Amino acid sequence: MKVRAQIGMVLNLDKCIGCHTCSVTCKNVWTSRDGVEYAWFNNVESKPGTGYPTDWENQARWNGGWERTKSGKLQPKQGSKWRILANIFANPDLPEIDDYYEPFDFDYDHLKSAPEMEAFPTARPRSKITGERIEKIEKGPNWEEILGGEFSKRGEDYNFEGVQKQIYGEYENTFMMYLPRLCEHCLNPACAASCPSGAIYKREEDGIVLIDQEKCRGWRMCVSGCPYKKVYYNWSTGKSEKCTLCYPRIESGNPTVCSETCVGRIRYLGVMLYDADKIEEAANAEATTDLYDAQLGVFLDPNDPEVIAAAARDGVPQDWIKAAQESPVWKMAMEWKVAFPLHPEYRTLPMVWYIPPLSPIQNAAEAGAIGTDGAMPDVQNLRIPVKYLANMLTAGDEAPVVTALERMLGMRAYMRSKTIEGVTDEGLAQRVGLSGRTIEDMYKIMALADYEDRFVIPTTHREQVEDAYDLRGGCGFTDTNGCSGGTSKASLFGGAKKALKMPSEVM
Amino acid sequence: MHNFFFGIFPYIALGVGIMGSIARYDRDPFTWKTSSSQMLRRKQLVMGSILFHVGVLVIFFGHLIGLLTPIWIFDAMGISHGAKQLLAVVAGGIAGVMALVGGGMLFHRRWTDPRIRQTSSFWDIAILGMLLAQLVLGLGTIFVSLGHLDGHEMVKFMSWAQGIFTFDGAAASYIADVSWVFKLHLFLGLTIILVFPFTRLVHMLSVPVRYIWRPGYQVVRSRRQKPANPAE
Repeated sequence: MKVRAQIGMVLNLDKCIGCHTCSVTCKNVWTSRDGVEYAWFNNVESKPGTGYPTDWENQARWNGGWERTKSGKLQPKQGSKWRILANIFANPDLPEIDDYYEPFDFDYDHLKSAPEMEAFPTARPRSKITGERIEKIEKGPNWEEILGGEFSKRGEDYNFEGVQKQIYGEYENTFMMYLPRLCEHCLNPACAASCPSGAIYKREEDGIVLIDQEKCRGWRMCVSGCPYKKVYYNWSTGKSEKCTLCYPRIESGNPTVCSETCVGRIRYLGVMLYDADKIEEAANAEATTDLYDAQLGVFLDPNDPEVIAAAARDGVPQDWIKAAQESPVWKMAMEWKVAFPLHPEYRTLPMVWYIPPLSPIQNAAEAGAIGTDGAMPDVQNLRIPVKYLANMLTAGDEAPVVTALERMLGMRAYMRSKTIEGVTDEGLAQRVGLSGRTIEDMYKIMALADYEDRFVIPTTHREQVEDAYDLRGGCGFTDTNGCSGGTSKASLFGGAKKALKMPSEVM
Repeated sequence: MHNFFFGIFPYIALGVGIMGSIARYDRDPFTWKTSSSQMLRRKQLVMGSILFHVGVLVIFFGHLIGLLTPIWIFDAMGISHGAKQLLAVVAGGIAGVMALVGGGMLFHRRWTDPRIRQTSSFWDIAILGMLLAQLVLGLGTIFVSLGHLDGHEMVKFMSWAQGIFTFDGAAASYIADVSWVFKLHLFLGLTIILVFPFTRLVHMLSVPVRYIWRPGYQVVRSRRQKPANPAE
């Protein structure tokens, strides 16, 4: 057992209102620069839809993530190491910027500088790459907003696999949900595995996956390797960039920008302890439907004395163990089983999890029935087909998704009965396999969602790894290496060399 | 003049090339990259880049081995100068045409595609132009070489190249009477070495061979200076 800690995230899709505040605040902080105008470390998609970049979920097309070979070996879907190196001159699986969208701006200045004309002046679009006029914008970061576009195109959504989708194109049967997406900070990151330079790494102390900008050489294999298409090639700097989980904020105990600014309070951040020795075995489970359970098996119970002892032995600080015990992620993913990983079939063991959304009941008669006796409707009657959610969250296995949806409906019925009718219906709780006390705990965390319940983030322990004396006169975060002391041990141009303690590789 | 270009300039070019590369790698690793433009435009890149790179690599190693292997090794192996030259002409010719076709596609794309043109630096275009000119000159030397297939001209270049690396003061004199095409080819080649550290060519020094024997697939980094659990 090798205990490591990971900051995980849960998004409660049941409460997402699709306001894009997360995307906009993230963009303002991280990607408002040349070369990454097109990149959204966080984006929100309207589902069903083909998403951003278009059709990203279709790995038959992009070859992202991992595959289990016929001989039972786990390797990146785009190929073994030799295969990846053989494609180094031209990556056949790399998306083109048009698969995202050509970034644009508008000629706002024309609005005030235009001469007197017959018609009102307009601000026409202009490419942010070439600076040339774009006659017609064909695509944007959220092109299918609120079911924009015809169903024949949106219906190519990969999650319709095994669903009779035609009827969902009809107006009466249409359904919709939002899917906010960011880097999954996977336990088994395919981007890191694909990087020939070894520039992408997972941090031992908090599991955040980062790209070393000084080591990245722009071989662009990570872009195709990531099945979520959450590594972006900066065409200006020639380096790849990705979501950093706002690590400077996380290190100081603050939630990420997207979580902090989420007006629906749908985001949760907490510590998960996991066994690093079990990762490969879990990611290599034979059937894709076993992957969700296999990943649950990698997590370690932070209340188990044996785990606590092992965690302390492996250098997990005391307050991190305590945070793991109070982790909202642990509660929702492991105790209540209402949160699921996004596309576990990619075998990356993602660490941003989702609570599936409830949706209106299709059958009006049954909808009326809930109000009267508090009985729960059949989740198969929900407007969003369960199979669709299962394709997204459990590799198509409907049972866990059904349980989660029932528990959420059960929580609603229980709390309605308690607060409106003043009746505590323990039987209702037991019907969904929970106790009344658990449901009230769920209600507190999932429905009320207070700030301190959503974000249980221990600060990092820099005092254990660096000497503040060495940091005098340092220059903090920079985009380039304007204040880098260089990479060599010796001093190339004279002067005393300050020993910078950079993170080093461990296995 | 001849002595400057082929006796002294090689040391300037090599000195700047080597020192410049070390300084850039050490002081500004952020700029050390391939500068791939595949994401902006896939068209013409896939075929162009593969042809260009494969061709150039064959030519590069052909020159390296052909010029710097001591002559007596070939003699000991029983390879006649004529045979070696024929091999160089055939292999170099094929690889040269590949590289020229691929490089031509890349240059056409870089020059005419507004996305690539707008995002190119001066050196992105200049170095590609220099390499293409060098390929044309190199292929041009084949026609001169066909006039003397016994290999004695080739031996002159080997003596010169090895003379440069062994600090032979008379190195330049070995190639005093060769055709101007060869001289131009040599001069442009040395110039490319001179500007090497200031261009994207530096990415060839970072061929990711370590990837092959990097243990496993995952990379984990720690800020700890020593392992938390020394028993492991």
